[in-house]
Amino acid sequence: MERSAAAEKLVEIVRPYVPEPELLTHLDEGSDFLKDLKINSAHMIDVVLDVEEAFDIEISDEAAESLQTVGQAIDLILSQAGASSGH
Amino acid sequence: MSQRIVVTGMGVVAPNAIGCPDFDQALRTGRSGVRRDARLEDLGFACQISAVPPIQEDLLQAEFDPLTRRFLTSSGLVYGLLAAREAWSMAGLPFPEVGQAPRTEAGTQFGTGLSGVEPLREAIYKVDEGKVRKLGSRVVEQTMASGISAWLCGMFGLGNQCSTNSSACATGTESIILAAERIRQGKAKVMLAGSCDSEGPYVWGGFDSMRVLVRQANSRPEEASAPLSARAAGFVPGAGAGALVLESLEHAQSRGATILGEYLGGAINSGGQLQGGTMTASNPEAVVRAMQMALQDAQITGDKVDAINGHLTATMGDPKEVKNWQKALDIPKGSFPYINSTKSMIGHCLGAAGSIEAVACLLQLQGAYIHPSLNALPLHPDIADILPEKAVPQTVIEVPNLKIIAKSGFGFGDVNAVMLLRKWEEKR
Repeated sequence: MERSAAAEKLVEIVRPYVPEPELLTHLDEGSDFLKDLKINSAHMIDVVLDVEEAFDIEISDEAAESLQTVGQAIDLILSQAGASSGH
Repeated sequence: MSQRIVVTGMGVVAPNAIGCPDFDQALRTGRSGVRRDARLEDLGFACQISAVPPIQEDLLQAEFDPLTRRFLTSSGLVYGLLAAREAWSMAGLPFPEVGQAPRTEAGTQFGTGLSGVEPLREAIYKVDEGKVRKLGSRVVEQTMASGISAWLCGMFGLGNQCSTNSSACATGTESIILAAERIRQGKAKVMLAGSCDSEGPYVWGGFDSMRVLVRQANSRPEEASAPLSARAAGFVPGAGAGALVLESLEHAQSRGATILGEYLGGAINSGGQLQGGTMTASNPEAVVRAMQMALQDAQITGDKVDAINGHLTATMGDPKEVKNWQKALDIPKGSFPYINSTKSMIGHCLGAAGSIEAVACLLQLQGAYIHPSLNALPLHPDIADILPEKAVPQTVIEVPNLKIIAKSGFGFGDVNAVMLLRKWEEKR
């Protein structure tokens, strides 16, 4: 999967969780989910579940807990998607 | 004299109408919200009719953001939030903005009997399949008993008490009494009261098995709910929500709010499941006591009650309630006030009943009418011994001097809640 395609799909997943839509206009790979996008920390678990479903991957609890930025999420998605396409 | 409590906002999600303007029309015209329910038929219920609010998808999309719309799977919470939003808007109270402090003078006492059953069912399936990690963040906030008051707290930025009360079918009436008493105590100036319950077979199944739901009227849904009648044969299961914004008179006037009605007083008690009271039947002495305590709290005598909006579910409890009213009001024979049952149109909305029916009382007081009590004739013989047929309107009647309506709610556990609502008049 292309990095840009994964990024686009991720933004659509995250969009409804962002309380102020204008925050998305400044989104880049360095954007922090909680600090920059102001996503409620309790809802990050729902974001992770949505990502798992949309990309058909499994994200470990450890990986989910260390997830802070959009870039880290894309890295994780690409590595997992790559792993699952191997079998 | 203690502080006067007024109503400045009302909201309703009822089986025969969504929102106060349409509910007012439905009450005047005797519109039934009882329908055949194919789900109950497929599941082998003896009762195959129900009364469910006709919520349209476009209303949900207009009232809730996409994420709330997606995750809010409890019908009871949906009804409760919609009714509360209508009441809050009608009261002219603002919605909170980001960065604002909570409104410390405003709280909520919003009840429910059972409102999180749909997400609970989904959660049970996932847990049993070993998929607990897939539950996400939206199970607890909907399945906890206080789910509704927790949601309302955030929706309106409330900084006073935010609690959920539960007392079976007395829940809605109880919530209004508890909210009013908090304002009377001087601990809050504005309280959002009300109640909600989920719809569906998981809520109603136990009642079907107990044979308290009507079984013989599946082919005639609109005639199935027959409170006060000799034909009463069980209640029609329903669901929905009602909401009231209660406020101290001083606070309402200081902000120039439109006053819709007045809460005069109320009482909550129980019968201890003694003296004929059981888990499912009321101790009649306790019911009479609750009615008398409510009159006393409202500082009126029984002869001042112009109409009764009874609990009246269409079971064997109806003649008992009428007999109890006769005792408690202590009025001469032949002077029984008007009496009606909103449940004749909307079935028994369980925990939501009292608050939906309180909205019905206030609309009748505002509009000076008594709504029809459908399917009541012929009256139950024990009821016909106490009051004349003309006390039970079959079509809407105009009552220009209608001032006070008594509202009752009784619940499993032998619990009672009775209150008195009045047309708003600054000088009374």
